[in-house]
Amino acid sequence: MKARVIITLKNGVLDPQGKAIEGALKGLGFDGVDAARQGKVIDLDLADTDPAKARERIAAMCDKLLANTVIENYAIDILG
Amino acid sequence: MRSAVVLFPGSNRDRDAVAALTKVTGRAPVVVWHQDTTIPDVDLIVLPGGFSYGDYLRCGAIAARSPAMLDVARKAEAGVRVLGVCNGFQILTEAGLLPGVLMRNANLRFVCKRVKLKVANADTDFTRAYMQGQVIDCPVAHHDGNYFTDPETLARLEGDGRVAFRYAEGTNPNGSLNDIAGILNERGNVLGMMPHPENLIEKLHGGLDGRGLFQSVVESVAA
Repeated sequence: MKARVIITLKNGVLDPQGKAIEGALKGLGFDGVDAARQGKVIDLDLADTDPAKARERIAAMCDKLLANTVIENYAIDILG
Repeated sequence: MRSAVVLFPGSNRDRDAVAALTKVTGRAPVVVWHQDTTIPDVDLIVLPGGFSYGDYLRCGAIAARSPAMLDVARKAEAGVRVLGVCNGFQILTEAGLLPGVLMRNANLRFVCKRVKLKVANADTDFTRAYMQGQVIDCPVAHHDGNYFTDPETLARLEGDGRVAFRYAEGTNPNGSLNDIAGILNERGNVLGMMPHPENLIEKLHGGLDGRGLFQSVVESVAA
């Protein structure tokens, strides 16, 4: 089973890298970019067959290692 | 005083820590490999600076889950003093032994220079040799030292005197909240700090201001 974890910074957490991207986009002449926030994507290849169980296990992985929940949110996509 | 330095793949200030501890305590520390499950009985455990696991995922995130860190957590719980410098501080926050997180420097630049540190609490096992409010020199060298935490935790840290060091005289190199350079755990036996006191302990370093930190621990252990 394949799954994708998307990790994003929580609202209100300063994202200097996103700011730099935003600045670079403006510098290239892309107007109307109000904000850019940078995150991470982690693709997992799992032995699991039950999507619900897989989701539960991935949430545990996120809480324990993949995300730092002080500053990050995570979303789990089961890709089948 | 007996001490130990935990070595992670990618640590690079371990020898500086060993040299400082040997010089100030008169006894060479035990160097413990991160895969070791037991740290010998010591009075101080140091997590040195560096780039453990190449800063993959998040700085300190993978090192924080190593077998040696489980024993560091157990020993910290039992009251053993733990000092995390730079990457060591990042590892302590990732391991949950200290609150908050060290984010990318606000100006996105790696900083390597000497800054001014104010001793924000001189009544701790790590700072007793300094005067309250004393300003000392200390080198910094990091890319991710921008201390961040939620407002409640910040208020608790400030209210309980758990901010040990602050960047002083406008030298905050990373944008950290309240100019925080180093914080303590609730019990006061775990200190994490971004600057490198181990790099300012002999004349050839260009100053001795870092010595007081190690002397403080020696004195608190002897007391």
